[in-house]
Amino acid sequence: MSRLSIMNETKAQAAVESLHKDLERRVTGAPPALCPLDVASSYLKVCAAQTCGKCVPCRVGLPQLERLIDDLIDGKGNMKTVETIEKTAEAISTSADCAIGYEAANMVLKGVKGFREDYEAHAKGHQCTSEGFRAVPCVTLCPAHVDIPGYIALVNAGRYADAVRLIRKDNPFPSVCAMVCEHPCENKCRRRMVDDAINIRGLKLYAIDHAGHVPVYREGEKPAPATGKKVAIVGGGPSGISAAYYLGMMGHSVEIFEQRKRLGGMLRYGIPSYRLPREVLHEEIETLLTAGDIKVHKEVSIGGKDYPLSKLRENFDAVYIAIGAHTDKSLRIPGEDADGVMSAVTLLRRIGDEDFPDFRGKKVVVVGGGNVAMDCARSSLRLNADKVTLAYRRRKDDMTALAEEVEATEVEGCEIIELAAPLKVEVEDGKAKALWVKQQMISNIKGGRPAPKDASADPIRIEADIIVVAIGQGIDSHNFEESGIAVKWGCIEAFDSEQVKGTDMAGVFSGGDCVSGPATVIRAIAAGKVAAANIDEYLGFHHPITLPVDIPDPVPHNRPACGRVKMRERPIDQRIHDFELVEKGMTQEEMEQESGRCLRCDYYGFGKFREGREVKW
Amino acid sequence: MVNATINGKAIQVPENTTILEAAKLNHITIPHLCYLKHVNEIGACRVCVVEIEGLDRLVSSCNTYVQEGMKIITNSPKVRQARRTNVELILSQHNARCAECVRSGNCELQTTANDLGINTFPYHEDIAAFRWNSDFPLIRNDDKCIKCMRCVQICEKVQQMNVWDIAKSGSRTTVGVTGGKEITDPEVHCTVCGQCITHCPVGALVERDDTQKVRDAFAQGDKIMIASVAPAVRTSWGEKLGLSHEEATAERLAAALKAVGFNYVFDTDFSADLTIMEEGSEFVAKLKNAAAGKPEKFPMFTSCCPGWVRFIKMEFPDLVPNLSSAKSPQQMFGAIIKTWYAQILGVEADKIYHVSFMPCTAKKYECDVDCMNASGARDIDVVLTVRELDRLIKSEGIDVKALSDGEFDAPLGTASGAGHIFGTTGGVMEAALRSAYYLVTGKNPDANAFRYVRDYDGIKETEFEIAGKKLRIAVAHGLGNIRRLCEDVRSGKAQYDFIECMACPTGCAGGGGQPIEEGNELGESRGKILLDMDRKMTLRFSHENPSIVQCYKEYLGEPLGEKAHHLLHTDQSKWELWK
Repeated sequence: MSRLSIMNETKAQAAVESLHKDLERRVTGAPPALCPLDVASSYLKVCAAQTCGKCVPCRVGLPQLERLIDDLIDGKGNMKTVETIEKTAEAISTSADCAIGYEAANMVLKGVKGFREDYEAHAKGHQCTSEGFRAVPCVTLCPAHVDIPGYIALVNAGRYADAVRLIRKDNPFPSVCAMVCEHPCENKCRRRMVDDAINIRGLKLYAIDHAGHVPVYREGEKPAPATGKKVAIVGGGPSGISAAYYLGMMGHSVEIFEQRKRLGGMLRYGIPSYRLPREVLHEEIETLLTAGDIKVHKEVSIGGKDYPLSKLRENFDAVYIAIGAHTDKSLRIPGEDADGVMSAVTLLRRIGDEDFPDFRGKKVVVVGGGNVAMDCARSSLRLNADKVTLAYRRRKDDMTALAEEVEATEVEGCEIIELAAPLKVEVEDGKAKALWVKQQMISNIKGGRPAPKDASADPIRIEADIIVVAIGQGIDSHNFEESGIAVKWGCIEAFDSEQVKGTDMAGVFSGGDCVSGPATVIRAIAAGKVAAANIDEYLGFHHPITLPVDIPDPVPHNRPACGRVKMRERPIDQRIHDFELVEKGMTQEEMEQESGRCLRCDYYGFGKFREGREVKW
Repeated sequence: MVNATINGKAIQVPENTTILEAAKLNHITIPHLCYLKHVNEIGACRVCVVEIEGLDRLVSSCNTYVQEGMKIITNSPKVRQARRTNVELILSQHNARCAECVRSGNCELQTTANDLGINTFPYHEDIAAFRWNSDFPLIRNDDKCIKCMRCVQICEKVQQMNVWDIAKSGSRTTVGVTGGKEITDPEVHCTVCGQCITHCPVGALVERDDTQKVRDAFAQGDKIMIASVAPAVRTSWGEKLGLSHEEATAERLAAALKAVGFNYVFDTDFSADLTIMEEGSEFVAKLKNAAAGKPEKFPMFTSCCPGWVRFIKMEFPDLVPNLSSAKSPQQMFGAIIKTWYAQILGVEADKIYHVSFMPCTAKKYECDVDCMNASGARDIDVVLTVRELDRLIKSEGIDVKALSDGEFDAPLGTASGAGHIFGTTGGVMEAALRSAYYLVTGKNPDANAFRYVRDYDGIKETEFEIAGKKLRIAVAHGLGNIRRLCEDVRSGKAQYDFIECMACPTGCAGGGGQPIEEGNELGESRGKILLDMDRKMTLRFSHENPSIVQCYKEYLGEPLGEKAHHLLHTDQSKWELWK
């Protein structure tokens, strides 16, 4: 026997490691809306397999917890069972010797609190609140519930215009979303169980790139007969235009009131053209406005003295408020009013109106870690700044921006300084000279995110002529608040139907960023769709929006594990000098491979039950 | 056309033909459990899997279309292994005490397991507990459910009642009453049509078996045992007794029931004629009233199908006043036998025990409706479905093949062709129009004049003229179609004078109490038997049935008269849906 031996991975260990990876993917790709108790029980089984077996709470307690939860799922439990589960988990959490035990118990406790109603439903009614919910993951997770497997099948079949039509059934903005959607649809793509999520947005981009101009109506199609009802839409952003599009199709007269010079809202005034070219946006909006009787009033502000909400309500049968979140938030640090300090909203709005500032010879510091901060940093590079730095008070991993946006910002030449909290602006002759930042250390996790705290380290000086503050946007809601609309934390309050809360607010609906706070394009679009449906009902109609095309059934084929096709981008040295589109679409072979990877959850699995899709809404 | 091979044999099938159907066309059997053509093609049981050359995984043949050049193998070792395993897995959750099951011998799972030669069993048994209200006419045995979802689909897609839904989640997924409710919950609108029973591949859904009640009545020994046989029963009773349609005559059935021990065997088709007298007169009276400017509700709906009556009460309560107040033939018969016939026999009503043989499960509900009884006793004691009838005959050890034709007893065994066709969609309407024409004009029409209402479209509509009055007629069968029709009537989009509704697709011939024939919808062919019987008869008008004439003359007086009203009419709004 040798005194020591080097460690080699056995075949079994390697296989187990590989299983861990499989499980990781499987957990990530878990279908939405599982029975939470079933999840808790099965995770406990994993935890129990990990126990070292030494101490009682973990070795004996975890399997007992699993059984108790199973009793509830099997309808053999009652509220006493829930109590026992809670007490047992608390005891394991407080008395287990190591993390294997107490973290497992904490997971159970998290569930008992987090989905208490499910525990109680099982205990009292012997049934599950998640019953019957077995939808297609991508469609479920898309806020607008776009028929994703359907359009992937159409793209695969080369029916690009039909793909666009199918998307428009639920989302009027296929072109915009092909370029800028955050694609929550990909999060739980079942293909993750095999290898990786389908590049859904990339396939949509292929469809719009190859569909040509797709008018709203085909030969012989037209909007529903005029209803004689008038709907006012406040805000010409994605939410307002989506609502206008569907309401127009339904035969209502729609008038959009837009505060600024151009339509598009945050699509124009928030997203730079290297991500969403202006001509694409313009063409899409122009097409959508042909859906029916839709008029547009630009540079009209609603809610103030000139045009109060009450006047709008007198003139229209229903109102949809979708004003977005366009006000900036300040840092509240000394020197913030110096020349050269600007908000992200200001910078991006100027760019949106094609009034490009020249940052030649200037050093730019962007403060923030969201997608807007990345847009500002990348725009600054394109405005020929000498140097662009991004300061963020947490770590890169903690940023709210999409990982690919952060990566692109960095590779385009922006330096990212992590753990840097703004302290003051150094000002000379009224102009910004530098941003001083306090160094941070990452600390405890609060509300699911690691919080920064001051580190005992000296402040850092970052030279800066321009400081762009991109730490979030607010909503200009006070005028509406004065009209009697309920407002909470600056956001307009509305029910799930988007009917606004407040006194005497029948017929007033609101949705999008001004209700949710700054969110994503697709959530704003979904809000517009919901508004259209509920306004239609409010006006006494029920115009269904129906499936416009037939969807090809899948042909069985082998599905070997296969990598996910990534989007191509223009070379960095070319793209950082202009505002032209960075991303390039897939090739035909890539499209074929990628669309062929789709598992067609609309057909296989539960999909075949009940049509596999929502044929109308 | 698409060219492919199955097990090496070249085949040619139309496009969009599933592998399963293509195999069937080429005399190759692929076992399957969950598949129900056009209704449930969800590939859930994975028993119908086949191998396709070039594909790693097996595909379900029920929902995969044959593609050009496809090479299909239905019996490779891989297929055999997977199929066998899947059947064994299904068995692990199935109470396979077949000897106690009414579907034994007519069970898809049993047949498939037997055919595959499954005689050892490698898995733990995991069988659900039975939990159901056994008083309800429709019983669900959770311990036998194989989760094929056919019941969910037939109830949702065809009948559009959504009584069944997927219940529980994950590996515990099963079928249950929608919303986790009891079947008797007022929010659950089960019409007891029984279509879920006739489309269940195993014994998970069955009628409440009432045969023992009948045996007990025989055993009691002091009752006059009377059987009555509904129109559609004569089309199907021999199917599972090894008789051909030609052998399984109504007369042989009468002989079989005599052999079982019934003292009298009557024909419900007689009371179908009686129904026509009352319902037809009611309709003619309505027309006359309306012509005289009196307020009358149109359309008038037929009322002989209790599944339909339950449906309208639950789904369109505002239309209930439009139902004809005529009782169904079963209930008219119940009342007549325990009054007039009891009088003829010189006995009290409760001395008679009346068993009604029906192609229907909802009839079990109907006979239990409290306000139905007019004779002072239970008008109908027990309803047995055709499946129970067959079991009763078998349990008595009767060799039906050796029986010769018997006879229905007089006078309640005489029926017209109009009475016979009650058992198929359009038949009630046709029979009613024949007599309505006579009642209005005093002349018989051509007996084939109203044939138009007979085909098998879900909703049929037509117009007839009687004495210069144009009548707008509609006939619907299957509750999904009926719902569409009722919506149009309610909204005023469609306007009719008279509507016939039968809850089951094709009417009673495809009734929920009929024998179960996997993969075959026999409603149409059974219905045609009734139409044939009618065509071959000389007596084709209800009002000409001599027994009907005698019944009115000796006992009832006039149609819609006081006695008739008391015995033969009902107020459906008073029917309790469940006690």
